[in-house]
Amino acid sequence: MVAAIDTHELTKAYGKYNAVDRLTFQVEEGEIFGFLGPNGAGKSTTILMLLGLTEPTSGAANVLGLDPRREPLKVKRQVGYVPENVGFYPDMTADENLRYVAQLNGLAGSEACARIERAMAKVRLSADRNKLVGAFSRGMRQRLGLAEVLIKDPRLIILDEPTLGLDPEGMASMLKLIRSLSQEEKISVLLCSHLLHQVQEVCDRIGILVQGRLVATGTLEELSGEGVQAEGDRLNLEDIYMRYFQEE
Amino acid sequence: MYTILRKELADHFSSTRFLILYCLVLCVALLTTYMVSMNLRSEIAGGARIEHLFLMLFTTSGQFFSLTQFIAFFGPLIGIIMGFDAINKERSSGTLSKVLSQPVYRDAIINGKFWAGLITITIMFTSLIVLISGLGMSVIGVVPSVEELARLLCYLLISIVYVGFWLGMAILCSILFRSLGTAALASIALWIFVSFFVGFGSALLADAIVPVERGDPQAAVKNARLAENISRVSPVNLYSQATKTIMDPYRKTTKDVVLIGQLESISMSRFDHALPLGQSVLVVAPYLTTLLSLTAVCFGASYVIFMRQEIRSM
Repeated sequence: MVAAIDTHELTKAYGKYNAVDRLTFQVEEGEIFGFLGPNGAGKSTTILMLLGLTEPTSGAANVLGLDPRREPLKVKRQVGYVPENVGFYPDMTADENLRYVAQLNGLAGSEACARIERAMAKVRLSADRNKLVGAFSRGMRQRLGLAEVLIKDPRLIILDEPTLGLDPEGMASMLKLIRSLSQEEKISVLLCSHLLHQVQEVCDRIGILVQGRLVATGTLEELSGEGVQAEGDRLNLEDIYMRYFQEE
Repeated sequence: MYTILRKELADHFSSTRFLILYCLVLCVALLTTYMVSMNLRSEIAGGARIEHLFLMLFTTSGQFFSLTQFIAFFGPLIGIIMGFDAINKERSSGTLSKVLSQPVYRDAIINGKFWAGLITITIMFTSLIVLISGLGMSVIGVVPSVEELARLLCYLLISIVYVGFWLGMAILCSILFRSLGTAALASIALWIFVSFFVGFGSALLADAIVPVERGDPQAAVKNARLAENISRVSPVNLYSQATKTIMDPYRKTTKDVVLIGQLESISMSRFDHALPLGQSVLVVAPYLTTLLSLTAVCFGASYVIFMRQEIRSM
């Protein structure tokens, strides 16, 4: 089986500064991989390289067995990306927004309708589908962003700070949704966040990224094992996170 | 690309911006046509039928300006208004990175936007010219000949290319500058520069290169020709010289300055025979080519810059 994401020494330099520095990691098919790191650690830059939206300075990335540099369109057809501040056309309804994305993916007619319906139901927005997106709350927009990538039946979803600016309730339902996507639809998920506890809550494996470098990867248990055992998992991981964070 | 084109077209036609722009242009055009046709009617009353009277509807000035002058001046603004927020608005609202993460090529986005703008402009101008012709026909009571129609068609084509150039320029600005205000200002600055300052600048430059001394007619001619050539840097001048020639069959050259001997002969023949359409087109062809290539340059630059740009979700 091909790994969902496989990078080797992936590097992106802006001038002398390395935003992403020799990044090597794998995301297995069907797992939720948490990309944890403070702001400006290079998470978004990594995503851009994975989607072929920017050229890596050196190294190689492999997404679903494809090279995003050579075949960006094939990659984008199977990978759903929800950006940090997902944008919609405010003067179109939720339905029209999704329809446009469906058309960009070459879907039309009843097939598109069925997929939109299903995606809307999945994110529980069916009741609001004919409202203008301009009137949507933040939580609704984030969910709509998720619906938008579900339309193309992705094998991999990349989420950039999906819970940013959501209230605790919205955050919880968002995480539940992500979890269910991975379990029910067997979609691999790359979740980028700077919030430790939500990554901890849903992710199968975690990578900690600080200043462009991957300082630790592993399951929660593995990472916790490196810390002091006494205080329970949560604190341990936090310790690790803080330790790496302060070292830099 | 067709998906993007269709969406952009729908956006254009449903936008308040387009409505206001169209109403404005329509008002000015109809008002000018009315004034011009009233003038024409009183002037030609009782005289013999003048050839190519119908075209004079577009070229003679009413109170302040003729229709062709109005389009030469205002056309750029139409292009700029339609294009200055093409890319940067999507960028700032976060939809650009979303669209780019769909399986579409990057150039499909600029292509779609450019062609949607051009189609809108085409519809706008065509309907405008048809309306003006209708009004003119009913007021002056002259039906256009086939050749006049063909000339109008050429005029329409040149006008669309001209506004298309400004549209391409505005889209380039919207790629270069992240903020809407800067992009709009930059393109308007260029518009003002080429429509006003190139005129002054070319005279100054010509004076510097070929100083005119008193009593030296040759130098004066040289100077004037040089100034004219320099002023052709500006697409506004290119456009107005081209349309003047296409719309006035008695004009046999695009040059404003002609040597005395030639001038005499031309002014003699000027009232004899009109230039056939084919010849007018031949005179104008280089101008149209230049306009087209300027548009291509703008568009090419847009491609190159947009392809290399990194699109972040900000």
